[in-house]
Amino acid sequence: MTVKASELNVGDSIGSREIPVDRATFVRYAGASGDFNPIHWDEKFAMSVGLPSVIGHGMWTMGAASSLVSEWVGDAGRVVEYGVRFSAPVVVEYDGATPLSVSGVIKKIEGDRVAVELTATQGETKVLSRALATVDISER
Amino acid sequence: MAVNPEVEGRTYPAIPTYVVSRVKVAEFAKAVGATDPVHSDVEHARSLGYADVVAPPTFAVIPAQQAEAAAIVDPEAGIDFSRLVHGEESFTHHRPLVAGDEITAATTIDRVRAAGGHSMVTMKTAITTVAGEPVCDVNCVVVIRGEQ
Repeated sequence: MTVKASELNVGDSIGSREIPVDRATFVRYAGASGDFNPIHWDEKFAMSVGLPSVIGHGMWTMGAASSLVSEWVGDAGRVVEYGVRFSAPVVVEYDGATPLSVSGVIKKIEGDRVAVELTATQGETKVLSRALATVDISER
Repeated sequence: MAVNPEVEGRTYPAIPTYVVSRVKVAEFAKAVGATDPVHSDVEHARSLGYADVVAPPTFAVIPAQQAEAAAIVDPEAGIDFSRLVHGEESFTHHRPLVAGDEITAATTIDRVRAAGGHSMVTMKTAITTVAGEPVCDVNCVVVIRGEQ
């Protein structure tokens, strides 16, 4: 674990990262998760149900955003609570999509529990809202 | 067709035993861009006190969605999968999932409500070890878009 309670303050940034997305990202996630809904990999099908193009799995976005928290705390097993609302899909055009941008700020510190609020956007579009991850930073 | 509110409180049968594997943990971590070696390096995971490699925080969605499927296909619930959109998701981990865990999951429809022509269905899934130890509580809200 890399963070120490004495060094943390509410409002501190935990950093940011840009995560590239393309069709292969979602084919890979479909295989890993077992969610093979064709809106995530078949453009013709996605458009036939009124979507602008293929869209990413919300759960991919949620998982990708959490990796920022895991890397900051230095141990993914420390994430004890994690919740999001899906506010917009990640849209994946054939010729390359705008990457997912993720950043996080410390929202609350209560004893050994640190809550981080995440912001996840694709271009100007906020794709997650109320994204909050709580990590346990207790000594073990 | 709106979702039938009478299914509120209904609990569906648990999924068959799901065994968390090192390969699946590493595959899932790679798919979401999680580079923490705790997902793939057994010695590193053990040095941190875990029994084996640790699953990423959202990995529990795999057994959770398998359990939710029973609610989604329940003809009495009337959930039109083709109009389903994922609204919210949250995980409360009692402890991390690690490779070797033998778990099960069961979904309860917690709430059905109408909102602006759509139906919102809240499903709660309890993930436990096969011995009954609570591992993770999963909360999922799906929106079934109304017909225009």
